[in-house]
Amino acid sequence: MQSKERMVGGSPEAIDLRRKVHIGEALIQGFLFVCGVISILTTLGIVFELGRESLGFFTRQVWENTDKTLATAVDPDSTELSLSRGGTGIQAGDLIRIENEIMRVETATGEVAIVVRGQQGTEAVAHPANTTLFRGRRVSLLEFFTGSKWNPQIGHFGILPLVTATLITSVIGMAVALPLGLSVGIYLSEYASDRARKILKPILEILAGIPTVVYGYFALTFITPLLRGVFGQNTVQIYNMASAGLAIGILILPLVSSMSEGALSAVPRSLREAAYAMGATRLEVAVKVVVPAALSGIEAAFILAMSRAVGETMVVAIAAGQGPNFTLNPFRSAETMTGHMVRISGGDLSYDSIDYNSIFAIGLLLFLITLSLNIISQRIVRRFREVYE
Amino acid sequence: MLSLKPIAHPGSRVREVAEVGASPHDRYVIEARGLNVYYGSFRAVKDVNLKIERNKVTAIIGPSGCGKSTMLRAFNRMNELVPTARTEGEVLFHGQNIYAPDVDPVQVRRRIGMVFQKPNPFPKSIYENVAWGARINGYQGDMDELVERSLRQAALWDEVKDKLKESGYSLSGGQQQRLCIARAIAVKPDIVLMDEPASALDPIATLKIEDLMRQLAENYTIIVVTHNMQQAARVSDYTAFFNMDEDRAGYLVEYGPTAEVFTNPRDKRTEDYITGRFG
Amino acid sequence: MTIQQLSAPGLLPDQSSEFVNNLPSRYRLALFWQVAFLASTILGIVVLTALLFNIVNGAFGLAAVEVKVNPDSLAKEGVPIEDQSKEQLIQLLQETLKPAVYQRLDTEKPFDKRSRSEVYALVIDRVVEPKVMQTWPLFDSLVHRDEVLAEIAAKYPEAEVRFLSWINFKFLTTPQSSQAERAGVRTAILGSLWIISITIVVAFPVGVCAAIYLEEYARDNWINRLIRTNINNLAGVPSIIYGMLGLAIFVRALEPLTSGAAFGLVEDPTMANGRTILSAGLTLALLILPVIIINGQEAIRAVPTSLREAGLALGATRWQTVWAHVLPNALPGILTGTILAISRAIGETAPLVVVGASTFVIRDPSGPFSKFTALPIQIYQWTSRPQAEFRDIAAAAIIVLLALLLVLNVTAILLRNRYSRRL
Repeated sequence: MQSKERMVGGSPEAIDLRRKVHIGEALIQGFLFVCGVISILTTLGIVFELGRESLGFFTRQVWENTDKTLATAVDPDSTELSLSRGGTGIQAGDLIRIENEIMRVETATGEVAIVVRGQQGTEAVAHPANTTLFRGRRVSLLEFFTGSKWNPQIGHFGILPLVTATLITSVIGMAVALPLGLSVGIYLSEYASDRARKILKPILEILAGIPTVVYGYFALTFITPLLRGVFGQNTVQIYNMASAGLAIGILILPLVSSMSEGALSAVPRSLREAAYAMGATRLEVAVKVVVPAALSGIEAAFILAMSRAVGETMVVAIAAGQGPNFTLNPFRSAETMTGHMVRISGGDLSYDSIDYNSIFAIGLLLFLITLSLNIISQRIVRRFREVYE
Repeated sequence: MLSLKPIAHPGSRVREVAEVGASPHDRYVIEARGLNVYYGSFRAVKDVNLKIERNKVTAIIGPSGCGKSTMLRAFNRMNELVPTARTEGEVLFHGQNIYAPDVDPVQVRRRIGMVFQKPNPFPKSIYENVAWGARINGYQGDMDELVERSLRQAALWDEVKDKLKESGYSLSGGQQQRLCIARAIAVKPDIVLMDEPASALDPIATLKIEDLMRQLAENYTIIVVTHNMQQAARVSDYTAFFNMDEDRAGYLVEYGPTAEVFTNPRDKRTEDYITGRFG
Repeated sequence: MTIQQLSAPGLLPDQSSEFVNNLPSRYRLALFWQVAFLASTILGIVVLTALLFNIVNGAFGLAAVEVKVNPDSLAKEGVPIEDQSKEQLIQLLQETLKPAVYQRLDTEKPFDKRSRSEVYALVIDRVVEPKVMQTWPLFDSLVHRDEVLAEIAAKYPEAEVRFLSWINFKFLTTPQSSQAERAGVRTAILGSLWIISITIVVAFPVGVCAAIYLEEYARDNWINRLIRTNINNLAGVPSIIYGMLGLAIFVRALEPLTSGAAFGLVEDPTMANGRTILSAGLTLALLILPVIIINGQEAIRAVPTSLREAGLALGATRWQTVWAHVLPNALPGILTGTILAISRAIGETAPLVVVGASTFVIRDPSGPFSKFTALPIQIYQWTSRPQAEFRDIAAAAIIVLLALLLVLNVTAILLRNRYSRRL
């Protein structure tokens, strides 16, 4: 027996410790790595597609009606156009379009313009009198961020109405969710008995698990009638930002409360005991010791909630109204960035239309806003972790 | 007969174990040469030279945090599982450096098994616990027989032979640890490393593990880390005493036959530790 | 311990005049805020109750129903239609319906293959044609029943009063319709199930593998750090952005694949359209992938290191250890996380709208290349309609959706319990 075991133990010659090629292992590891990389591809896809289509939006030739018409008919080879009075002036260097032909303006003086015919691959053809002139232009970033009208179909490219509506609904949502959520968090972490916590936390989880479209239904069929009952049918429109904002507040409440509860209960016991031992009341311990200690966790929760509120879609699509509206009155209807994206893409959207490009431009802005909020939130959380480890 | 060759670390008094003239490959199964282990920038083990004799029990003792476990884990490259760990120096196993670039740690661990501080059976049946390692290493023989023999060697067979299908967790702590030993020897390693194998057990279970170590030494080389000096004195043939320097890096202070290290320590620090003045 | 006891002189001797006994006011403040915190919590519960009540309120209630043809007038030789034979009923249909409609019904399913009760349902539906004139929510129907009845009597003297449950067997089994009374959620449920199946098939293996990679294999280098940060950021991207990604990549760029044209499954390649179940499922898969990965990582991290060490110390390779010990022990956690992610996917609406859910589908989806609608889409469309009946069926559809989510979550809990017992 013993000698047999010695044999099993192996003699020096029999031992080969050299690395063998584990093809299976390498393949598996490679496959797992590819799965991990898919997430990066997703991000790249988002950035690339949003960027590309937005670029299409900002470099797109849009045609603006100049309210000018041809005073006389032109031949295919004539380079001089006589134009009607009124309308927007035309300057040298402008691109103009008459019917399907694109021309470049060399010089323009009042009612006469000298043009180069048949630009951008179009063919120079004859045009009858009274044909409308369109002037080509591009969407400038300045116009995009400062214009107060949004309607790409007719050449209004100011995103402000969508942004203000997003801001108003988000701010209302935050005004509901932050104080309430923090209060619930403090109650759960500092006051509630184990039994109460066992009942309350699942309720919050249920709230968090309800699809957002249901909150949209709730906003439209419950909150809106309530608001109209309280403030009057004439003050509050059927579709309004206030009702959508309140529903968003309820929707992000569980997020705020569970994240703040987590941050609060991570504060070490010893800190609380120290405060109690100095004769502090429970409120003083909670508000003056525990909350400041958990502040970065709470901040992170607030910022994440903000990002959720900005990106929330179905509630505003259902309850806030359809059609951009530049207003600060929360009881009026207005369309948010996400609401607009849903409405435009819900119809039959053709791929090369200005609408298609425009929602990607809005999407890119939305992505950048939420991404920065998320990154700030993660930074804060990281700082918060360092405090207690 | 007894030749003394102090090696390496200044201040360490390593008694060269008696040479009987045989080839070192036969007599010593594993040897650390100039071994340093780092966790990030922290050096946990410093310049250790140590030769382990075949089919003997070697105990590593020393105060808490002196790198005993790190030293033990350096023998089968378990330290590599810590992402920041880095090893310098050589560990020669049958004359091959197990840290050489072409050496596969999986092969090393197949030859040098390990038993951990806390019993950690797999959440599977007792039978599966023992059979799994052999199966993945391509064991071709009769599995039932191997399981029975391993459990018998671990002095557990009589207690579990009627419930091999039950979960490993249904056993008591001492039984679980013996199951882990059975599991380790089922893949027929040359060396079994034991990291404070009885520290989580009650005195009776501890005694059983100690008896088992003595029996196992007939077939296997055993290296055991322990903080219990009585245990080291009872079970081991050789003892290595580790201490840590002012940077908390562990180094080898004294190494030799257990009887000598305990009765006639050469180093003051060893004597202080053994007599309980520190540690 | 009351305020009075603590502040009573003698119990707390005023040892030094440097301290003012301000305990009563401090306790008053404490009490006020404690009440405020509790009130906030209760408000949260009240809102949840209001939300659920509001849904149930819409889905049930009294209704004034008028019929186009009085069923009594359809009696033949004194036999009321309830007692007429199948053949008599078919004859009745043939006589009253327009030939084109009769033909279409016959092509859908030949009359001689329909059972008598099916034919009877058709007679009620197409000939008698009950029409809901107005509905009252459940609350009014129960509490102000008499007033509602009086209102019905005054406004719709011809109408029959019925207690209507919008959610019933017929609602679950009939496809969409332009009339609220006839509309059902059959296509929407099937669409949701199809989409979710694709989402699971794609997201579960990829997510779990990515989690294994990050927890068991990834070393601490820039690419792995990038992957980790990236996954956390992806989890916070609004779902509508995923919809845009799906629109640009799956619907548009990969149209030949997602429309089925590349597999020769589309009869007319010029009509190929990427707005299919497959595109929707893949989009949702990308959406929940970060959630599955993060939950999977947590579950894998919870497996004790000692098990991994035990496996590796026996000379097992990484993968052998992961497969035999880490995965089985992490599975309950992984499954729970996945089911939660799937619950999220089932309720997602915005990305599906963007990817191009069809507004009106009455044929059951036949495969991954069919046009699609889904339950939340249906809810969105019905809620957006101005008519009250559509709001009511939206409520009914919400109940179906919530029931589906409930079933999923219960499954998650059962799975978790079953697997954790085995350990």
